[in-house]
Amino acid sequence: MGKLIAIIVIVLGVVALAQLIRIYELNSKLRNSGENEVINRDNKLNGKLMLAFMAFFFLGFIYLMSEYGWTGRGVAASVHGRDLDSLLNLNFIIIIIVFFLTNFLLFFFAYKYTRKPGVAAFYYPHNNKLEMLWTVVPAAVLAVIIILGLKTWNSVTDNAKKESIRVELFSKQFDWTARYSGQDNTLGYFDYKLTTANNELALLTSNTIDSAIFEMEDGLSGIKALESKLNDNTIMLVPEEKEKMIVDLDRKERLIRLLYQMKARHNKKVDAFAWDDIIQKDTLYLCENKEYEFNFRAKDVIHSAHFPHFRAQMNTVPGLTTRFKFTPDITTKEMRVIKQNNKFNYVLLCNKICGGAHYKMKMIIVVLPEGEYNSWMKAKMATATFKHNYFPVVSSQAAPAAKTTDTTAVADK
Amino acid sequence: MSAAAHVAHGSHDSHGHHEDHGHHEESFISKYIFSQDHKMIGKQFLLTAVFMGIVAMLLSILFRIQLAWPGESSDFLSFFLGETWAPGGVLKEDMYLGLVTIHGTIMVFFLLTGGLSGTFSNLLIPLQLGARDMASGFLNMLSYWFFLISSIIMLVSLFVESGPAMAGWTIYPPLSALPQAVSGSGLGMTLWLVSMTLFVVSSLMGSLNYIVTVLNLRTKGMSMTRMPLTIWAFFVTAILGVLSFPVLFSAVLLLMMDRLMGTSFYLSDIIVGGEMLANHGGSPILYQHLFWFLGHPEVYIVLLPALGLSSEIISTNSRKPIFGYRAMIGSILAIGFLSFIVWGHHMFVTGMNPFIGSVFVFTTLLIAIPSAVKVFNYLTTLWKGSIVLTPAMMFAIGLVSTFITGGVTGIILADSALDINIHDTYFVVAHFHIVMGMSAVFGMFAGVYHWFPKMFGRMMNLRLGYIHFWITIVGAYGVFFPMHFVGLAGAPRRYYDYSVYGEFDSPTGEMMMDLNVIITIFAIIAALGQLIFLFNFFYSIYRGPKAIQNPWKANTLEWTTPVEHVHGNWPGELPTVHRWPYDYSKPGASEDYIPQNVPLAEGEEEH
Repeated sequence: MGKLIAIIVIVLGVVALAQLIRIYELNSKLRNSGENEVINRDNKLNGKLMLAFMAFFFLGFIYLMSEYGWTGRGVAASVHGRDLDSLLNLNFIIIIIVFFLTNFLLFFFAYKYTRKPGVAAFYYPHNNKLEMLWTVVPAAVLAVIIILGLKTWNSVTDNAKKESIRVELFSKQFDWTARYSGQDNTLGYFDYKLTTANNELALLTSNTIDSAIFEMEDGLSGIKALESKLNDNTIMLVPEEKEKMIVDLDRKERLIRLLYQMKARHNKKVDAFAWDDIIQKDTLYLCENKEYEFNFRAKDVIHSAHFPHFRAQMNTVPGLTTRFKFTPDITTKEMRVIKQNNKFNYVLLCNKICGGAHYKMKMIIVVLPEGEYNSWMKAKMATATFKHNYFPVVSSQAAPAAKTTDTTAVADK
Repeated sequence: MSAAAHVAHGSHDSHGHHEDHGHHEESFISKYIFSQDHKMIGKQFLLTAVFMGIVAMLLSILFRIQLAWPGESSDFLSFFLGETWAPGGVLKEDMYLGLVTIHGTIMVFFLLTGGLSGTFSNLLIPLQLGARDMASGFLNMLSYWFFLISSIIMLVSLFVESGPAMAGWTIYPPLSALPQAVSGSGLGMTLWLVSMTLFVVSSLMGSLNYIVTVLNLRTKGMSMTRMPLTIWAFFVTAILGVLSFPVLFSAVLLLMMDRLMGTSFYLSDIIVGGEMLANHGGSPILYQHLFWFLGHPEVYIVLLPALGLSSEIISTNSRKPIFGYRAMIGSILAIGFLSFIVWGHHMFVTGMNPFIGSVFVFTTLLIAIPSAVKVFNYLTTLWKGSIVLTPAMMFAIGLVSTFITGGVTGIILADSALDINIHDTYFVVAHFHIVMGMSAVFGMFAGVYHWFPKMFGRMMNLRLGYIHFWITIVGAYGVFFPMHFVGLAGAPRRYYDYSVYGEFDSPTGEMMMDLNVIITIFAIIAALGQLIFLFNFFYSIYRGPKAIQNPWKANTLEWTTPVEHVHGNWPGELPTVHRWPYDYSKPGASEDYIPQNVPLAEGEEEH
C-alpha cells in the first residue's frame, strides 16, 4: 500500500511538473522571448552562482583538509614511511597550488566574462609564446616530481640487507598467517602440494612429503578411496557425482606423480630451514628498529598486504612470491601515546578484493622494544617451532612415521 | 536492408529533395529499429546508454546505503534486492561486491564508452564532416545491435541465482576464474565475459567505421586541419579503441579457457575451498598486463570525446575561437600515444620489477603536460570572451573543473613511491571518479544539451537545465571530494563496511563513518537531480519548443542541415568548406560567427 501511494505521488508530481513547464513556456511565448535565447538575467545569475560555487568548493576543501587531512594514519611508524610522507606533502603543496589557481581562473572567468550587451569577444586564436610557457613550466615542475619520486622509490624497493629479519606472510580467504624464519634466519622451502591439515603452510621437509603422499593416496577422499568407490558395483552413483569423482581422481593422479618426483629429488639438507620456522597467527610481533624483509604468499586468490601505518603495501599472488621491506621504529606503546588512544594497534589489512569477507581480513601488529621482543622470540624458539608443533608428543626425537600425526593441527595460541 | 525497406507501409516525404542520393521509402522497422542512418543509430546508442546509466546509478545508491548505514534494515534495499540478496533489508556481503562490480562495468563500458563515443561519434562525424552517412551504414547498424545484446546480457547477469560477477570491474583472476572463491564467479562471470566479448565486437565495428569515415568522407575543403576538435577527439578515440579492445578480448578469451577448458594461463599453485588444483605455471599478473593494456587507453577512450565536445561547446559559447587549435590537436595526439605506454602504473604493487615501475612513472607523468596545455587553452578561450551560459556551456565549464581537480591527484598516484601508500584506497576511487567519471558524464550532458536540437528538432528547457547542472556539480563533488580524505586515512576500497577499524583504531573508524554518511547523502541528492534531467529530456523530445536551424549560432556544418532529419543529411549538394570552424567574433565580420561553408570575404585572411 505504501509503495502504491509512493508511486502515485511520483506520477502526479511528474504531471504537475509537466504542466508547470507548459505554463512557463506559454508565458515566455507571450512575452516574446524565444526559448532559444539565454536571457541576460539568467546569464548574470549563473555567472554569480559560478563564483558562489567556487567559494563553497574552496571552503569545503579547506574545511575537509583541516578537519580530516591527517587523521587516521597519523605519523608514519617506519623509517621509509617518513620519507614517503614528506614526499607526499611536497607533492600536495604543488597540486594544491595548481588546484586553487586553475579552478579560480576558471570560475572567475566564467563570472567576469559573461556576455554583456554591446561588448564583443576578443578574437585571440593563438599565441605561441604563451603555449610554450605552459608546456615548459609544467614539464619543469614534473621533472622535479619525477626525480624526487624515483629517488625515494629506488631506496624503498631496493634489496633488503643481508641481516634483515625474514618473515613470511601467508594469505588465504580470509586471514593472515605469519612465519618467522627462526634461528637460521632462512625461511623453509615450500610447495603448495604439501598442504595437509598439520602443514597448512605447505613447508618442505622429508616428513611433510611423506605425509602429503599418504594423504593423497590413503586419505579419506584419497586416490584409493575414490578408486574403490568408482569400481564398487554395489554403490549406485548419480551421474554428475560420478563425473565429478572421475575428474577428481584424474587430478589427484597427476598431483601424486608430481609428489613422487618431488620425493625423488628431495635434498634432506633443506629440511632444517623449515623445522626451526615459527608459525604465528592472529598477531604479528615485530621488533623496533630492525629491518624486516616480508615474503608474501597467497593460497587461493590475489590479496594485498596493506600496512597503512607503516606506509607499506604489496600484493600477494598465487604461484609467485613477492617482497617488501621496512623498518618499524615506533613501538605500539609509543604510538598509543602519540595517538592519545590506549586501545590503538597497528594492523595488516587485505587491500585487494578477494571474496565476500574481504573486509574482515586483518592481522593485528604489535611493535615491541628490542628486549621484550627478544624474550618473546626466545620462548617461541624453545617451544613453538614448526618442528615442535609437527611432532607434538615426541619432540626432539627422530621423526616417526608421519601418518601418526595426521590429525594434529598446528597449535598456536 | 534496402530490399526489406521496400516492403514499406509508412512513407517518408523527402522525395524530390536529394536526387543525387538513392532514397527509398522507409518502414517503421527500417527507420526506427534496424536503422542504418547514423543520426538514428546515435539516438539508439544514447537511449540505451541512458537506460544503462540509470541502472548503474541505482546500483551505486544501493551500496552507498550499505556503506553509510551498515547493518541497518532498509526498505529501499529489500524492495530492489528482495530476500535473496538483502534478507531483512540488509545487503549481503557477496551482493555488495556484485553491485560494485556491475556498477563499474556499466558505467565505464556501457555509459561512458558506448554512450559517449557511440552517441556523439555517430551523430557528429558525418554531420560535421559534410558526409551523407557513415562509410558503412550496415556495419554501423550491427555495431549498435551488438551493443544492445551485450547490454541485455549484462543486465540479465544481475538476475542469475548465484549472483552477477563479483570480482570488481577489473575481474582479476584467480578470483574471477574460480567459482569456489566467490559465488559470482559462476554463471554470473560467464555472462560478464560473453557480454564484454560482444561489446568488443560492437566497439571494433563502430571504431573502424569512424576511422574510415573521417579519413575518406570529408567534404570538399575539409582538410584535416579544418576539422572541428570534436572530430579529432572521436578520430583518436576510435584509433585507441581499435588498438586496445582486441587486447581485452584476448585477456577475456584466455580467462574463459581457464574457466571452461582447464588451461593454466592465469592459474598456478592454488588451493581453494579445500580443493588442490593441478594448474601450474600460469600467472595472474599476465591478466593484469593484458587488462590494463586496454584499461588505460580506455580511460582516454572515455575522456577524449568529452574533451572534444567541450572544446566545441566552450568555443561556441565564449564566442571566441578555441585558443591554440593546433596545440589542442597535438595534445590529443600526445595523450592518445602516451596512453599506450602507461598501463603499468596500475600495477606498482603487484611485485613488478621496480625498474619497470620507474619507467611507467616517467611515461605516466608525461601525460600531465598535454593535459595542462589543454586546461590552460580552455582558460584562455574563456578569457575576454562573451560567455553565454547555456546548460551545455555550464557542464563544459564543470568538466574543465573536474578535469583539473581529478587530474592533479593523478600526479600523486602516478608517483610509484606515493602509490604504495594509497594504492586501492578510496583516494583512487575519488581520483578516477572525478577525472574520468565526472568529466565524461559532464561532457556527455554538455553534448546532450548542445546537440539536442540537432537530434530531436526541439529545444530542452533551459531553466531545468540550470537546476540540473547545479544539483549535479554540487552533488557529485560532494560525493567524491570527501572520498580523498577517507582514502588518505587508509580506507581500502571495496570494503562492505569499516567495522574492522573498531578493533584497532576506533577514532579513525568513526571519522570514516561520518564521511560515508555525508557521501551517501550527497549521492542521493545527485541521483535525484538526474530525475530532473530525465524529465526534461523525455518531455522535450515530445513537447519541447521547435528548434531553429542554428540555435547556438555555431560555425560547424551540422547546423547547416535542415531541422527535420533527411536521409543523406543535406537535401541538395554537400556543403563546401572554406575556413576552420572557429571564426567567432572575427574582427571585420558583420556577425560574431562565420559558418565553415561561407567563402572567405575579399581580403580576408584565414586564421
